[in-house]
Amino acid sequence: MTAATATAQAELTYREAVREAIRDAMRRDERVFLMGEDVGPYGGAFGVSLGLLEEFGADRIRDTPLSESAFVGAGIGAAMGGMRPIVEIMTVNFSLLALDQILNNAATLLHMSGGQFGAPLVIRMTTGGGRQLAAQHSHSLEGWYAHIPGLRILAPATVADARGMLWPALRCPDPVLIFEHGSLYNATGSPAGHDSADITTAAIRRTGSDVTIVAYGGTLGTALNAADRLAEQSISADVIDLRVLRPLDDATIMESVRRTHRAVVVDEGWRSGSLSAEIAARITEQAFYDLDAPVGRVCSAEVPMPYAAHLEQAALPQPGAVVDAVRAVAA
Amino acid sequence: MKTATAGPRPAAPGRAGPAHRRDLLRQMLRIRRFEERCVELYSATKIRGFLHLYIGEEAVAAGVMAALEPADAVVSTYREHGHALARGVPMDAIMAEMYGKATGCSRGRGGSMHLFDRATNFHGGSAIVGGGLPLAVGLALADRMAGRSRVTACFFGDGAVAEGEFHECLNLAALWHLPVLFLCENNLYAMGTRIDRAQANTDLAARAATYGMTAHAVDGMDVRVVEKAARRAAAAVRATGSPYFLELRTYRFRAHSMYDPDRYRDKAEIARWQQRDPIDTLARRMISDGELDEPGLAQLNADVEAEVAASVTAAEQAPVEPVDQLTRFVYAEDEGLP
Ligand SMILES: Cc1ncc(C[n+]2csc(CCOP(=O)(O)OP(=O)(O)O)c2C)c(N)n1
Repeated sequence: MTAATATAQAELTYREAVREAIRDAMRRDERVFLMGEDVGPYGGAFGVSLGLLEEFGADRIRDTPLSESAFVGAGIGAAMGGMRPIVEIMTVNFSLLALDQILNNAATLLHMSGGQFGAPLVIRMTTGGGRQLAAQHSHSLEGWYAHIPGLRILAPATVADARGMLWPALRCPDPVLIFEHGSLYNATGSPAGHDSADITTAAIRRTGSDVTIVAYGGTLGTALNAADRLAEQSISADVIDLRVLRPLDDATIMESVRRTHRAVVVDEGWRSGSLSAEIAARITEQAFYDLDAPVGRVCSAEVPMPYAAHLEQAALPQPGAVVDAVRAVAA
Repeated sequence: MKTATAGPRPAAPGRAGPAHRRDLLRQMLRIRRFEERCVELYSATKIRGFLHLYIGEEAVAAGVMAALEPADAVVSTYREHGHALARGVPMDAIMAEMYGKATGCSRGRGGSMHLFDRATNFHGGSAIVGGGLPLAVGLALADRMAGRSRVTACFFGDGAVAEGEFHECLNLAALWHLPVLFLCENNLYAMGTRIDRAQANTDLAARAATYGMTAHAVDGMDVRVVEKAARRAAAAVRATGSPYFLELRTYRFRAHSMYDPDRYRDKAEIARWQQRDPIDTLARRMISDGELDEPGLAQLNADVEAEVAASVTAAEQAPVEPVDQLTRFVYAEDEGLP
């Protein structure tokens, strides 16, 4: 543990934890730099990089023009050239302008070059709804990225993971995408000792015996809230935080399902073709005979995210819907 | 394929003179007062999401819209209250949209960033920077192929010039001679990034010209200058059927959005630009030319305030979209639309 993290015992916000992780990585490795839109004087669209420009200078905290394809592609090139870039994309929606670079370059280079050229960079972006930002700022598309071989996809749901996942991600020889749910930035928690989190396995956030609830990122809170309500009804839930969306940690999921015999997946993506579909399929493939009921799913309504608060809430997975889904599989 | 070569039209009546200038002033006041009210409503959490204010830039919307015909198409950005109001989208429908009500111009689904209005050919309201440019090229292509001679006016910021879409679209519009009026609102900042920190060449008009279209920059703080330039540009698009690029040099007096603490700009710089407030500039000019007096200005303001107040009352009383309507408008087929 470094001096910087030894002192970081106090509670931090998720936003501060990400900032602390970036600062720590930049101090540890001079090849690390941050680039993206407004990461400099503005301090990052979500305030993550506030103050870093003063500490590290404009060479390493690098503002880019509105050119997602160019700066993400440049990050990939810089990684091939020996640097360790952290590229910030404001939201997953805007990452689609860089999808070609992420899929056709970052994800494929190592394989296409017969193992000669890798792209060890980290791309961070926000995802998710809940803040009335309507359809071009609110979708949860991390499941799409989790579809792509060659990428590693992380979704820190806790302050400790927000603090701890960046450094191992930067040391990983593969391109790593980190999805930060926009509603988590003000969440608080203790990152004590978490300067290097596990980026290969899922975590069990609550243990129970009657049902397995699988969640990640923005839906972990929803799942835990549902688990509290279920406890009042004497239903005890195991809550799994996936943390790693690709490659999925099947072992942790199956181990839990074999204990509880029931599963509900909570995913903010749309149901059709979603990560929840993948997980449900894997449970069916690997633990079918342990199941007492079909796998349940709680996803976002299949609509572009609406602006109006009551419509948006109706579109997003809510704890009540998770409770209902669990009761349905437990019936 | 037909070529659109309608000649420049004679100026319609009422396009010059005191009554017209009064209308320009009224349009700018409507935008200013509407948005000031939105700030209050935002603080009162009546409206939510991202709110990007146009305050300071009103001369651009008022001047450009005065130069367009009702049949022309408009493509806008997420900073579009001013464009929508000046275009003639009813204020009630815009305010109701800010409230997320069923009577909003996007039925509560779009909010501040996604105002749409078919009746005025107002094609939104896109929040992906540069995302509206290809739409404008396509609208113009459709017009060309259908033999219509309208103009498609496409608004975007200086920040959008760095996006690939900008280059691809100017090239395509010039290559295919499409009737697009490109309107770059250069307010010197893309969020917190000043133009010279994002653009290798800050002469945006010169860059547009390299694609083979007429391009120039004008003062975007003087509504009369904007209108004149836009009128000439729109006439050229109509006459030639080819694209035209206008850079409007302007400034936003407020932060990028309500979430932005505006740490990257110098207070003195903002104050300097405020001296050139487009509303004051026109009002002072009209008063000194004897076209308007102080009571007249006060009356204009009072009328506009009444309109804003009425839109708030209507929005407050408007129904919300029932939740059972959530999945509507995902597929046209389900709506019985062709
Ligand atoms: C593709 C994309 N990247 C980033 C953003 C985030 N963003 C929203 S507005 C904005 C600044 C745009 O500046 P400019 O084009 O100059 O327009 P202005 O806001 O000044 O009117 C940015 C970076 C976005 N909406 N879309």
